[in-house]
Amino acid sequence: MARVVVGMSGGVDSSVAALLLKQQGYDVIGIFMKNWDDTDENGVCTATEDYEDVVRVCNQIGIPYYAVNFEKQYWEKVFTYFLEEYKAGRTPNPDVMCNKEIKFKAFLEHAMALGADYLATGHYARVAYRDGEYQLLRGLDANKDQTYFLNQLGQAQLSKVLFPIGELQKSQVREIAKEAGLATAGKKDSTGICFIGERNFKQFLSNYLPAQPGEMQTLGGEVKGTHDGLMYYTIGQRHGLGIGGSGEPWFVVGKNLKDNILYVAQGFDNELLYSDAIIATNVNWVSDRKPHEPISCTAKFRYRQPDVPVTLEMIDETTARVSFSQRVRAVTPGQAVVFYHGEQCLGGGTIDQVFRNGERLTYVG
Amino acid sequence: MYLERIYLDHAATSPVHPEVVEAMVPYMTTYFGNPSSIHSFGRETRRALDEARETMAKTIGAKANEIVFTSGGTEADNLAIIGVAMANRERGRHIITTSVEHHAVLNTCKYLQKQGFDVTYLPVDEHGMISVEQVKSALRDDTIIVSIMFGNNETGVLQPIHDIGQLLRDHDAYFHTDAVQAYGLIPIHVGELGIDLLSVSSHKINGPKGVGFLYVREGVRLTPHIYGGEQERKRRAGTENVPGIVGLQKAAELAQQTMAEKRGLYEQFQRIMLTTFEQEGIDYAVNGHETNRLPHVLNVAFFGTNVEALLVNLDLAGIAASSGSACTAGSIDPSHVLVAMYGNESDRIRSSVRFSFGYGNTIEQVERAAYDIAKIVKRLTKA
Repeated sequence: MARVVVGMSGGVDSSVAALLLKQQGYDVIGIFMKNWDDTDENGVCTATEDYEDVVRVCNQIGIPYYAVNFEKQYWEKVFTYFLEEYKAGRTPNPDVMCNKEIKFKAFLEHAMALGADYLATGHYARVAYRDGEYQLLRGLDANKDQTYFLNQLGQAQLSKVLFPIGELQKSQVREIAKEAGLATAGKKDSTGICFIGERNFKQFLSNYLPAQPGEMQTLGGEVKGTHDGLMYYTIGQRHGLGIGGSGEPWFVVGKNLKDNILYVAQGFDNELLYSDAIIATNVNWVSDRKPHEPISCTAKFRYRQPDVPVTLEMIDETTARVSFSQRVRAVTPGQAVVFYHGEQCLGGGTIDQVFRNGERLTYVG
Repeated sequence: MYLERIYLDHAATSPVHPEVVEAMVPYMTTYFGNPSSIHSFGRETRRALDEARETMAKTIGAKANEIVFTSGGTEADNLAIIGVAMANRERGRHIITTSVEHHAVLNTCKYLQKQGFDVTYLPVDEHGMISVEQVKSALRDDTIIVSIMFGNNETGVLQPIHDIGQLLRDHDAYFHTDAVQAYGLIPIHVGELGIDLLSVSSHKINGPKGVGFLYVREGVRLTPHIYGGEQERKRRAGTENVPGIVGLQKAAELAQQTMAEKRGLYEQFQRIMLTTFEQEGIDYAVNGHETNRLPHVLNVAFFGTNVEALLVNLDLAGIAASSGSACTAGSIDPSHVLVAMYGNESDRIRSSVRFSFGYGNTIEQVERAAYDIAKIVKRLTKA
């Protein structure tokens, strides 16, 4: 009987993942990952409630459960990166990094050390073995597909991974949980970055990085107000600028880290927000077969954005030039760009430089 | 696949001895009266209660009126420390304890710190021990209580209780010891040891959960912290847990009778384990003093392993052991005891497992467990 370790978060998705595997006859072990210590002065931490749910669900399903602590690894590999990116004026994606360094690396190794044959998670994604290799496929629920966050996985990981709910719609997952009477059936989906949770993002970040207020200017140099610190803003952002006056609303279009200036412009569709090419770094290919010639595929520059047709060319082992057939709004350095071919997720990288009409948009950062 | 599970976590809790169950049952069925009642039903249980109190007193060389039954070791520790602190706060506000106490003592002291008391936490050496000299130099005129555990629950290391007791004879501070792990395995005479307060728990010695006692030497000033009826000479209100107390009595009697025999057997268990690890070529070390330890606790560092993976593997192999204490989110926090002994950076902090022996363990079980443990450690360190 193959042994599967299921990464359980205390949410409905991983609960149902564990249930389905158990029903399929696997030797299932549920493990809760504790990656962040947010214990308050009263000794209360939000992880406790989630772990309690894991305990209840595992007892309902009839599988053993444990917890594992990756706080140190998470701090070193994910949180440090997160802060560094903000310091550099970029908008990081800690979920991508968490999947790469923690869930499908440290945790995968832990699962293997427990004699597991597979690691399963409650991600909305699928794995298929085709043409002699493992392919990462979009989850069938188009609205929930999470391959965007899994773009850094490769053959070594996919050969060990099961995504039991990748074939399901979210509504079906809830239905299964409800029918089985799982404790998490009605639990609200978590939102936001895992370690910040529902807290005030600005306040959280200010605990770790000094905020340096500065001027908000148009690219022409007209001062429009003051900002609270560049790290609090991301490209395309409208809220929280506090610029009054007539006309269309104002948006963040860029950052000048050296002079601590936040660039703003008027109008949702302001041209300054648009680009047509990027350089992506840290590019990972799910397949071992990297393309040596330019290829046509589609790309996402943000989670849940529609795909855009692009041409992609590898410049070196991990760097790609990506040109879009149509202009895209608010492509943001630090965020992930993920490539697709139909239902197949090819891989992805980090948006590093942004271009329009062959010119680098230095104001973007 | 049928797997005989092996329980090596008796320091966490222990199975109730069949004779204990047998002794308790009539006090749930036939003799259910309230010991404070003046009718015959009450007298039946009152008699059992008095007998139990007498028995418990005898096991430590105390008098019956010096025994206060509690809901367990934690309550006994709380009552001892908070009770003495509150009753004597006009005389002084200084408390001495160690950094390796059970949380029942540590967190009680932390609570008192918030109430304005001054607590000295004595550090231990790499053997897990404190010295009498440390206590001596920490003592102040305003020290009201010194609380030092008898034998450590994680490493089994024994503290120099006798010498500390001698030292404190010439000081006004009361001497409390948490003897939850030592009781039943080590002969204890409170008079000879100079102990003023001593905590005992039933479920560590094959008695039922939810009962224990605090020995309070006659004359010790103690403020109760559970108010209600006048049970336990007003030191602990609430109708007595008669079945539990009868069970504790039986468990204590059995523990006293088998003390020497258990000691020999558990020492043999330790040798079997360590010899197996040796023969299997495992990189290990025993945590704590080599000989000055309780016989039923063996805390071992398996270098190169991660305790979270190790414990899960042991559990999946049917072997129950433990390490440190689980945080509320299930993950294992580094043991404060090992941190106190070896520092935060030591490899031992994240690679140590506590095995603890008890009723029902056999040589065959320990042999098989030792072999399986070695196999798992080898697999985990191979990568």
